[in-house]
Amino acid sequence: MTQRVANVPVNAVSPDPTATVRLHVNGEEVERTVSVRMLLSDFLRHELGLTGTHVGCEHGVCGACTVMIDGRAGRSCLTLAVQANGHEIRTVESLAGPEGDLHPVQEAFKDCHALQCGYCTPGMIMNVVSHLEADGDLDLTDEGIRDMLSGNLCRCTGYLNIVSAVRRAAELTEQSHTEQAGG
Amino acid sequence: MKPPLFDYASPETIADAVSALSSNPGAMVLAGGQSLVPAMNFRLASPSVLVDLQRIPGLDTISIDDGVIRVGAMVRHRDLELDDAVNAVHPLIREVMAHVAHVPIRNRGTVVGSLCHADAAAEMPLLLVLTDGAVKAVGPKGERIIAARDLFQFHMTTTRDADEIVTEAHFPVPGTGAGLAFDEFARRHGDYAIAAIGALIEKNGDGTVSRAALAACGIGDRPTRLAASEAALTGTRLDDADLEAAVRAARDEITAPDDMHATNAYRKHLTGALIKRVVAAAAARAK
Amino acid sequence: MSTRAFGSRVNRNIDSRLLRGQGAYVDDIPLPGALHVAFVRSPFARARITRIDTAEAEACPGVAAVYTCDTIGHLDIEMPLLIPHGSMDNPRTQRPLARDDVYYVGQTVAMVVATDRYTAEDAALLVDVDYEPLEVETDIEKAVEDGAPLVHPTNPNNVAAHFVQVSGDPQSAYGEAEHVTRIRVQVDRSTAAPMECRAVAARYDRVTGELTVWDGTQAPISVRGGLASIFRIDEDKVRVIAPDVGGGFGQKVLLFYPDELLVPMAAMKLGRPVKYIEDRRENFIGSSQERTQIHFIELHAKKSGEIVALKDFFLHDTGAFIPYGIAVAQVASTSIAGPYRIRNIEVEFKAVYTPTVPVTPYRGCGRPQACFAIERAMDQLADDLGLDRFEVRRRNLVRDDEFPFHREGLLFADGLRVSLDSGQYLKALAMVEEALDPASFAAEQEEARRAGKHLGLGLAFYVEGTGLGPYEGGHIKIHPITGKVYVNTGLTTQGQGHDTVFAQIVADELGCAVEDVIMVEGDTKAFDWGVATFASRAAVVSGNAIYKTAKIVRDKTITAAANMLEAEASDIELRDGAAWIAGTDRKVPLAAIATATNPLRYAFNEAAQAATQFAPASRHDGPPLDDGQHPGLEATDYFSPECATWSYGVHGAIVEVDPATCQVRIRKYICIHDCGNMINPTIVEGQVMGGIAQGLGGALYERVEYDEDGNPSNANFVDFLMPYATEMPNVEILHLETPSPLNPLGVKGVGEAGCIAVGATVASGVEDALRPLGGGPFRHTPITPSMIHQAFETA
Repeated sequence: MTQRVANVPVNAVSPDPTATVRLHVNGEEVERTVSVRMLLSDFLRHELGLTGTHVGCEHGVCGACTVMIDGRAGRSCLTLAVQANGHEIRTVESLAGPEGDLHPVQEAFKDCHALQCGYCTPGMIMNVVSHLEADGDLDLTDEGIRDMLSGNLCRCTGYLNIVSAVRRAAELTEQSHTEQAGG
Repeated sequence: MKPPLFDYASPETIADAVSALSSNPGAMVLAGGQSLVPAMNFRLASPSVLVDLQRIPGLDTISIDDGVIRVGAMVRHRDLELDDAVNAVHPLIREVMAHVAHVPIRNRGTVVGSLCHADAAAEMPLLLVLTDGAVKAVGPKGERIIAARDLFQFHMTTTRDADEIVTEAHFPVPGTGAGLAFDEFARRHGDYAIAAIGALIEKNGDGTVSRAALAACGIGDRPTRLAASEAALTGTRLDDADLEAAVRAARDEITAPDDMHATNAYRKHLTGALIKRVVAAAAARAK
Repeated sequence: MSTRAFGSRVNRNIDSRLLRGQGAYVDDIPLPGALHVAFVRSPFARARITRIDTAEAEACPGVAAVYTCDTIGHLDIEMPLLIPHGSMDNPRTQRPLARDDVYYVGQTVAMVVATDRYTAEDAALLVDVDYEPLEVETDIEKAVEDGAPLVHPTNPNNVAAHFVQVSGDPQSAYGEAEHVTRIRVQVDRSTAAPMECRAVAARYDRVTGELTVWDGTQAPISVRGGLASIFRIDEDKVRVIAPDVGGGFGQKVLLFYPDELLVPMAAMKLGRPVKYIEDRRENFIGSSQERTQIHFIELHAKKSGEIVALKDFFLHDTGAFIPYGIAVAQVASTSIAGPYRIRNIEVEFKAVYTPTVPVTPYRGCGRPQACFAIERAMDQLADDLGLDRFEVRRRNLVRDDEFPFHREGLLFADGLRVSLDSGQYLKALAMVEEALDPASFAAEQEEARRAGKHLGLGLAFYVEGTGLGPYEGGHIKIHPITGKVYVNTGLTTQGQGHDTVFAQIVADELGCAVEDVIMVEGDTKAFDWGVATFASRAAVVSGNAIYKTAKIVRDKTITAAANMLEAEASDIELRDGAAWIAGTDRKVPLAAIATATNPLRYAFNEAAQAATQFAPASRHDGPPLDDGQHPGLEATDYFSPECATWSYGVHGAIVEVDPATCQVRIRKYICIHDCGNMINPTIVEGQVMGGIAQGLGGALYERVEYDEDGNPSNANFVDFLMPYATEMPNVEILHLETPSPLNPLGVKGVGEAGCIAVGATVASGVEDALRPLGGGPFRHTPITPSMIHQAFETA
């Protein structure tokens, strides 16, 4: 079939009100002028190219888009980019070390076969990291870990390997703290 | 599932925020956004202007004075949950919080936002109703206090005027002898309750109930006090027959029709079971 | 490399990339200047369209185009019927954009293309469509009655297909029965709900005339064929890539969804890349679903419990269209006798149109429904005859010496015979019995009852026909520079771990590290012979194709290495990425062999120098490659199974029913599972566990709800209750490994296994828990608290 192809003109640009947002993402300051209705998930993915943050439901139930906002896990699909103005965001891209070493939580997920399709994984991991980094005692009972993971849907693994991975990640983190303290 | 067009305002004073609301019909308040943004993503909410409260100083504070816990409009659920001073005087708050969605949602969602959203099955409105709390609303005509019993009209509707901003929620600190308890059942952890019950029990020296407060959510079109059940319990020693009477007295309050998660008959059964369980737990905590 | 990779718990190759957020799913592919699609979808289950006005949407800022059925030219067709079958009358498929009529809420009516998805959604709301709503019936039992509103006027009584299959001589066998157990069971509609919704992006290069389509599909080669055919472009000008895909579970094997045609069309017409990223709501109302079946099953038995005949009639909800033919119903009908030695079977079904999202396979594909029917009936038969539930099964299970057990007369979904090829069914049952210890459980149950607790033991056996044909291929090439092994097959992965299990197979044959196998699937430019990922077939069909291919490459490698090392081929062993003369330290790396077998003119490294035309080893007395000889170490081969190979297993559970909340809590869950030889037990367990979680969803939580007007009422994750970690019980998986005699690796499929028996197991447990009260039976999933409350009330 032959196609008559020309770049069809698009109607004049969208009338969205815009705003300039300045925020820290993975330790770097970024500034963009974007539509005020742009979701933080779209901002991270399409403005900054940080496509490790995934979008699974856009209504806050699945947790695939979870990032850390000012050190706490939050849904990037339920946050407008303008709401993140002046705040600090961390995504999965921030985790692996400078030499490419996996973060203990990533390592544990790998060791425990805690991912299959990998789509829910970055959000799951950012949620777990936020808990491991939070002050206070961690509840590493089965029930405690399940509660920590509730709020992140996974359709592949059946979760049990993720529960094991969280426990393993806590051990790895503990080990590295001990080693640092000792060394 | 992307939000519709709106204008965005990020005022730095309450007065400017109120002005933005009152001068723009259809404007809405944005705090944590955990209920509003999904509604916008589904295009169920189409605000003309979103008035973001986050840059207004002082709205993110929690204070306890005069027997009242004052929770500012930008206080996240998680902040209130983790506040040790609050927990020391009102430990039920932390217990209830464990049922409110999940930590990442509680990290962002605000307590006042939840009260204003007024979902008929939500936990925080129940808690406000149970303890006779109130909210402070500021509008073009000044500020007013709205008592919990007057606040919730029906599912997702409050008596807050469209150009008012709720700046604080007031949770009264329970009396020292009071026993409080809460429980709910949702088919899936963290979901809105199919039914939830909160109870506050105070006892006389002889062990009889001097005061009983019972609140429920999920059972009708708003969080509600179960006045008839309270009456049935007051003066009793909470024997099985008294609890049964309280359960019977609550039946007419359970008006939610059959829906995909529960039949009305099951909700009645569940509510009854929760009333017994929660009243007993509260009584055990009463001194 | 002394240990065999096959059978080992090797970590997955793909994980490091996925864990870093470096996965490349369709929406992650950078396509500068891409336009974005949103659809106008029908708000009515059944209606006549009287007018569509796109003017306002077309004028909307940022909009490039708005399409309706009138402006898509030759795409205004009924889309392909993928699997024709004689049992269907007037099989109906959907048009990309509705013409005249709409048949379900969510059906695509118009397509908007704009600068971004936000704008596209705005404009979609401005498309003005007038509908005349028509009457609907969503209940399949009522839909087949005379006078019911018709989804398609072409199909009386809404019957899409009617099919009867017979094995043995059931009519005579009915007469021999001393008892008949008859029950009705129902399984409700669910949906795959992969975490990544469907997604399609397309770019048309007007200079080369090449159309590239990124499609989160399970069947890129078939999509490529379809696009070439429908767009009338040469196959080599159409490249379809299934990049990383965030779960599929069958939903993504259907082709074509409207977007899969319309997005490439728009890219060609508009001269810009075009993307459609389905959102969650659309996934609920626009992408295939499955499960609703109502079975009327009869077990004709002797007093001993021996079943002499099985009769089953069932209604199968196929939704508004039947693009995938009768596959789901056919799998259900041929799996209905489960693992039992039932020689006389009469199974009949009607596939019924309803004005709802079309039904095509979702993980399990009819097997959970069949398992639910036969296993609930087995429990009832035990109850009727006063037999123990384990015993009634033991008396009917196919014995080890009866394999292969043919079900003569039944044809499976691949058109080939149903033959249970191997297994240890009795041992599996004994294992679950040992794990649950029914005798001591009975005491515990009794004690719990006195304390007001209701415990029950649930049990269900299942079989799973896996590894269906027609065929898949393997292509292997050892890279001459790095010595890494490059492998292709035609089917694709949605997270199952293909790159690792296939690498394990190759690593053993070629003596390389599993990490040094580069697996490329899902790109028609890399390999374009094959079918798709469905029916738990990857390990069986592609796995064996790759194994056969690896053998050929191994032989070539050994022959070449023997030449290079001046040794006998029989003395060469492949390990650690090299060929060695056994018992010596003399070796040549795979890269060097691959280079040496590729006659070169230009030297670009040391190894290459040895392969150039004036190097010492080069011949000067004839062509560098003999006639028929191929350069390098490379081969392609195929595997085409003679029929499906049957996995099986038993699930057992101890459940507790809380009389206050009417909640079911699973206190213990055991899964005995046999998928033949396991390539990687960790991955097998992952597949089984994920299936169990989906099965649990179907057993207790997940139901796609339609109101009586056909409106979906829970098209979101708030009300469609998929289990979180908090809902998942601990599960113990125990393995049996009975090799399949039907393929060289002795493997069977595992993808769907986990989900099949969970509904039947949980229902069996709940029924057992409430039996003393007279509550139940439980023959309908999902089992909701309201249903349990009802059972308590009527007890």
